[in-house]
Amino acid sequence: MIWPVDLIIMVLVMICGIAAIMVRDLLGAAILFGAYSFMMCLLWAIMGAVDVAFTEASVGAGVSAVFFVAAVFRTSRRTKD
Amino acid sequence: MKAFALITVLLLGGLLFYATPDFPSWGDPESPASLHVSPYYIEHSVEDAAVPNIVTTVLADYRGYDTMFETSVIFSAGIACLFLLRVYRRKSNQTRLYRHVHTGVTLRIAKGGKLPKDSAEFEPIDSLWVPYDMIIKVTSRLIVPFVQLFALYVIAHGHHSPGGGFQGGVIFGAAIILYAISNDLRRAFRRLNEKAALMASAVGVLIYVGTGLLCLLLGGNFLDYSQLSAILHTDAVMARSHGILIVEIGVGLAVMAVMVSLYYNLSSAGRHDEGL
Repeated sequence: MIWPVDLIIMVLVMICGIAAIMVRDLLGAAILFGAYSFMMCLLWAIMGAVDVAFTEASVGAGVSAVFFVAAVFRTSRRTKD
Repeated sequence: MKAFALITVLLLGGLLFYATPDFPSWGDPESPASLHVSPYYIEHSVEDAAVPNIVTTVLADYRGYDTMFETSVIFSAGIACLFLLRVYRRKSNQTRLYRHVHTGVTLRIAKGGKLPKDSAEFEPIDSLWVPYDMIIKVTSRLIVPFVQLFALYVIAHGHHSPGGGFQGGVIFGAAIILYAISNDLRRAFRRLNEKAALMASAVGVLIYVGTGLLCLLLGGNFLDYSQLSAILHTDAVMARSHGILIVEIGVGLAVMAVMVSLYYNLSSAGRHDEGL
């Protein structure tokens, strides 16, 4: 495990997670959530949990991002709060 | 209200940070979780079920009962989405768009206008996403078969490498979703319609439960795959390995069908007329 890489990914996870909550644009939030999932996938892979990383990549970053985009497409794009 | 939520989150977060040092350090072989059952799984996975990937053995064999209910949770999620979103009433009397296939000319049929008959000349198109893009369609048509093949590989090769029913099923579902996005929902229905998707999700769960019941009927415990050796004509170890594969296929089928059904319902808001 290379600790600078680990640290960078960890910081990116936090940035993506907080930004996904804070951002007003719901489509942007969906994409940020996908980025968060992908960073988490890298973290799992670094920790040696390859099966979990695989699941995170396919479910979290892949399909659930599509579901969020589909839901945003059928509702409103901007949040009120 | 917002301040209250913030205070709650901060308090809980602080509590979590306070409790974190009590956890065993990462990868500690002396931690309680690594002392009880993990050594057995690590040492006996290959001799019990001939599966080098321990995660697969734990998921589908040692803890197969949990995975069965995980699959039924996914099945229930698909059914719940169907109940919440599906609308069987069609929106009538709205403007419809048709494309002339050979020239690409778009026809706008106003409210109450006469629609062209089902012919090869015209095809109905979505009202929100009209531009025809050849590059996207051709590229996705090239990619989809390989994605599906990779999904089958992930399901079948879960014994030896990371992967298994869940991941393979999701990738297979994603391939169909990609097809539905790049073309349109009607074309995707022609490949896998709603009824087939729901049937496949139920059949997937049924394969899992049926394997367990078969083991019960053959005189063993529920989901004790070694009993399948009488049917598969192999020894007990290989029977467990094959039993894991059968169960993974069931999981893959259920997950694939549920993902596609979720996408159909979400992208068309339950109307199944036009999608993303």
